[in-house]
This record gives sequence, C-alpha cells and structure tokens, in this order.
Amino acid sequence: MSASMKRTVSLARKELLHIVKDPRTLLIVFIMPLVQLVMFGYAFDLEIHLIPAGVVDRDNSTASRSLIESFRGSDLFRLSDLGDTSTDIETSFRSRKARAVIIVPAGFEKDLLRGPGADVQVIIDASDPNSAQLMKNYCGQAIAGFNASRGPGAAMPFDVRTSILYNPDLESAFFFVPGIVAMIMVMICALLTSITVAREKETGTMEQLLVSPVRPREIIAGKVLPYVFLAFLDGSFILVVGMVLFDVPFNGSLLLMVGLSTLYIITALSLGLMISTVARTQQVAIMMALTITMLPTIMLSGLVFPIESMPKVLQYATYIVPARYFLQIIRGILLKGSALVHLWQPALSLLVMTSILLAVSVRRFGMKLER
Amino acid sequence: MDETKDIAAAEDGAGTGIRADAPVDLAVRTRGLTRRFGSFVAVDDVSLDVGRGEIFGFLGANGAGKTTMIRMLCGLLMPSGGQATVAGFDVYRRSEQIKRNIGYMSQRFSLYEDLTIEENIEFYGGIYGLGMDQIRNRRDELLEILGLQAQARKLTRELPLGFKQRLALGTALLHDPKIVFLDEPTSGVDPRVRRAFWDVIHEESKRGKTVFVSTHFMEEAEYCHRVSIMRDGRVIALGSPGALKREYGRSTIQEVFIEVASGEGAARGGADPAGAAPASGTAGGAPALGTPGGGRRPGGGVS
Repeated sequence: MSASMKRTVSLARKELLHIVKDPRTLLIVFIMPLVQLVMFGYAFDLEIHLIPAGVVDRDNSTASRSLIESFRGSDLFRLSDLGDTSTDIETSFRSRKARAVIIVPAGFEKDLLRGPGADVQVIIDASDPNSAQLMKNYCGQAIAGFNASRGPGAAMPFDVRTSILYNPDLESAFFFVPGIVAMIMVMICALLTSITVAREKETGTMEQLLVSPVRPREIIAGKVLPYVFLAFLDGSFILVVGMVLFDVPFNGSLLLMVGLSTLYIITALSLGLMISTVARTQQVAIMMALTITMLPTIMLSGLVFPIESMPKVLQYATYIVPARYFLQIIRGILLKGSALVHLWQPALSLLVMTSILLAVSVRRFGMKLER
Repeated sequence: MDETKDIAAAEDGAGTGIRADAPVDLAVRTRGLTRRFGSFVAVDDVSLDVGRGEIFGFLGANGAGKTTMIRMLCGLLMPSGGQATVAGFDVYRRSEQIKRNIGYMSQRFSLYEDLTIEENIEFYGGIYGLGMDQIRNRRDELLEILGLQAQARKLTRELPLGFKQRLALGTALLHDPKIVFLDEPTSGVDPRVRRAFWDVIHEESKRGKTVFVSTHFMEEAEYCHRVSIMRDGRVIALGSPGALKREYGRSTIQEVFIEVASGEGAARGGADPAGAAPASGTAGGAPALGTPGGGRRPGGGVS
C-alpha cells in the first residue's frame, strides 16, 4: 500500500469513527427521510376523500335517487341534502359546507326514458383548482357508474367526456418517492460533509492535518469515502421503505441504479466540500448547505413542479441543480425501466458537474489556511 | 512527486533547497523573514539561526508576532518576504519535505475530543505513515509516560486539560520529527503539568531534537538554551538566558523582558543576526551560551 493510500485510509477510518460515535447524527440521517417520506407520501397525497357535497333533487324520481346513490356509493363524496332551494347553494359554498353541488333538474327521469340524454348540473368550488379538477373527474366516475348500473342494454344517456390523466392514489407516491430519495441524498451529503470539515476548522484539528504530510486530495478522499457509504445506505433505506409503504415499482436494472446513485452521491458530497471551503464555522456550513440544496431541489428539480411549465429563465436555472438529473435517472429506472442508453445525458451532466466541483474543492483545499 | 526520493533527501539532512553557505546543522534559518497582513506587519525582517538540538524560546507579548513566525515556519502561512529554511528545506518550495520533518502543537487543543485517546494516537500515527507495529509501540510508550494506560479507551474530552496538553505533545512527537514547534503549549495548565512538559522537552532535546517553543511564562524562558524576545514583529533581544541577564544587568529573564519590551532595550539589543546567533557554530551538541547539560531544571533558581 502506498504512503498516500495509507494516509487516506487513516483519514477515512477516523471519519467513520466520528460517524459511529455520534448517534444523534445517525438518527437524523435515518429518521429525517422517514418523516419526509411519510409527509410527502401521505399528507401531500393528491387524492381527496369525503368531499362535502350538497344535493338538490328537483325531480325526486327513482332515476334521480339512483343517480345520487351512485355518488354516495364511493367514499369520494359526503352528501348532504340541500332541499329544493337553489338560494342556499352559494351560502353552503361560502361556509365550505359543500365544495360541490349536484343539481338534478325536474323532468330528469322523463328525459332519461325518452332519450337521447338528460342533464345534470354539477357546480364545483374551484378556489383550489387542483382539487376542483379532481372533483370534476370524480363526478365523471360517479356518473359513469350510474350509467353502468342501468345495464349494458340501456342507452348511454350521458356524454361522459372526462379524461382521467392518472390514478391519483398510486401515481402521486410513484412520483414523490424517487423525488424524496433525490432530495434527502443531496441534503444529507452536502450537510454532513460541510459540517465535518467546518468542525475541524473550528476545533483546530484541520491545522494539525495541514502541518502533516497529508495532501489535500487525501483529506478530501478520506472525508468523502465514508459518506458515500453512509449516503448509499440511506438512499437504499428510503427507497426500500418507499417500495414497501407505497408499492413503488422497480422496473429497471439494479446495477445501473447502484452505479448512477453512487455518481449522484459523489456529486452531492463534492457540493458539500465546496461549501466547506467557504464556510469557516459549522453554523455557516449548515445554513449554506440547506439553502443551496433544499429549496432548489424542491422548486427547480421537477420534484414538485414540471420543468417544462416554468418560465424560460428558471428552466435555465434548473441545469445547475443536480437533483434535476438524478430525478430523470431514478424515475426512469424505477418507473419506466430505462437503460443507460436512455439515461446517458443526465448521467453525463452529473459526471461533468462532479468533476468541476471536485477539482475546485481540491484546489481551494490546497491553499494555505491564509495567504 | 516522487516520495522515496523526497525521503532520501530529507534523510541526509541537507536538502537541495538550501543555500550553499548555510550550515547543515541548522534546524531553522531565516533571513529578513517578513509577513504582512494588509498594512499591518506581523513579522518584520527577522533573521535567526537555530541549531540542531537547541531549545529555542520565543518570548513576547500577545500580538508580538510569535505565532505568525511559527506558522510561517510550519508551512501554514506564506511569508510576504525574506528567506527561511526548516530542516534544510526552503519554506516556499519544499513545504512537503518540511512537513515530514516537523511536529507541531498549536495553542488550541488539537486532538479529536470525540475519539478515544488510543484512537487519536493511532490516527496521527497513521497520517504520518507509521506502520501498525510502530504505532502500537509508540502508543504504549506514550500511554506509559503519561500514566494513562488504564484510560486508553476513554474519550479524549473526558481528560483533564493538563493531560490533554501532554497527550497533544505526545502525538506531535509520535513520528519522531527532527524539529518540534510548540506554540504556547503550556498556557492554561498548572505548574506541575508545566514541569512535566519541560521534562519531556529537555529529554527530546538531548536526543537531538530541536525544540522551538513560544511562551509567555517568563520562568519557562530560563529553561531554554536561547531565547529571543519579540516586539512589534521584530526580534529585539536574543541570546542565552544567562547572557541576556548579564547584558542587561538583571537577575531574571522577567526583568530583562520588562526592560526590553518596554522599549528601553530596543536600541541596545536590536536584531543583529550576526551577533545574535552565537549558537550556530557549536550547534549539534550543547548550544554555545546555554547551560551545558541540557539547561536548567524546572523550578531551578537564577544563576
């Protein structure tokens, strides 16, 4: 083993000891992702249940009651009878007692029997456009259910033109779990490496390292290696929990996933090193690491908002967010079973980004403490 | 860089970065060494020769330039001007070789508090490239000297300050460096520990190590072979404790320091490298003007 390798191993071993001896950090590393996973996975669930809806039945016939039953049948709506008065509709919207109102006009059954169709009015509170869209879809489902219950022989009385873009319950988790893996990994990596370097500056041990024969690249390798390992464990942990809790599929190659995740981890660690060459105290390092990783990852990586729908300027800004590339990779591998042929572009981008960050960090580390 | 060649160069004592007229025996040699921070001159045109095996004391008030001086010699800080060689290697160009030949203990406690005593020793042994057997031997030796065998697996943060400092000194000496730089190593520790410290320093000096130590305890200056007194970045007095006391007609270094540092002595004892480095000729054994036999015992009175 060369002298340089020996020194690197010593440094890495020492770093590993720091990690093992600090159970609080370990706890944060594994509990934080779990909390975020549950938060995003459940609370951020795009589906809504038991929407309060008012019913105005002006027909009061067998057919109208049957239609209303089909709304009641699922757990999507919680119906309340508003009686016959349309004046109450507005009040119930304002007081949020109802977020949708279903009005069956008089003569509904007669129109239905006579054909070719009958009208039903659905008024939806669209102050929250997202859930309004969902409610519209649900109404379509309920009406389709009603049609089906009238038997295959019955004429299709309604023109149902609802396009269900996705199955909300499943796909929101499919969408978010990989995103959380991407976010947690960049956060943990950048945070932990920048803290560990800043701590050595604070306590004066960095100075002790700098008067020793240890070279900058050895310090960096010694710092990065243990955290690659830790971040890898962490990422696998989130992914497995996500797969168990939310049935996220794994359609692609495990090997490709391991390889590209390692690349992404090294990108994030380099980002942390870069921060630590600027930050002199742990406090500053924490602030910088969180600011640089968290917000851009949430807003600009495509984790929540599609990049295509952003203004041009912001679209350009997404190019420097590492999670943007990893999201393409992880979603591709997990959901679509993409191979390297499809993913070489984001992979190459990460590689270039990592090389630049590492080169700059090694250079900045190589400088004396002061000039 | 070719490591084996570097080590070979370090081994024969005379590096290639040394000037032809510099004696091989010199551990540290500076000529006109200067460091500026903006318009502030922290170290101003300092020329020194420190011989091998010498205990060289650096006295001065806070901000006199002691720490800056040591940091430049250790390769932590670039000089703004002048020349310096450490162990025969030029500080500008051969800092990698210098680092293999020096030990350094800063004012701040610099071990890892969350690691055990043992782990700290093993780590520092590792980064200086010692083999596992070597590390184990040195570790046991050091623990025995400090009387810490029973506490080897204790976290370093649980140690009393005196032990911490002695442990830090021990780790700075772990790789058997030729020159040790100690920046106020005894600040904050009680007199008993200070005494133990100086015992170690004398022991190392007898083995041929050069010890470069800064302090603001005047009685410690009496244990040095030679002392230099700094003020405003300049060396304003230099010589063995005995010679300085004779020169200024004082009975303790404390009194000499007060006289010199208050400004009266500046004219008399100005930095004069030719006259101020009497040890260079005889360095390697006992320095010329130091008390023969490794200096005074701690607590010893004034001669």
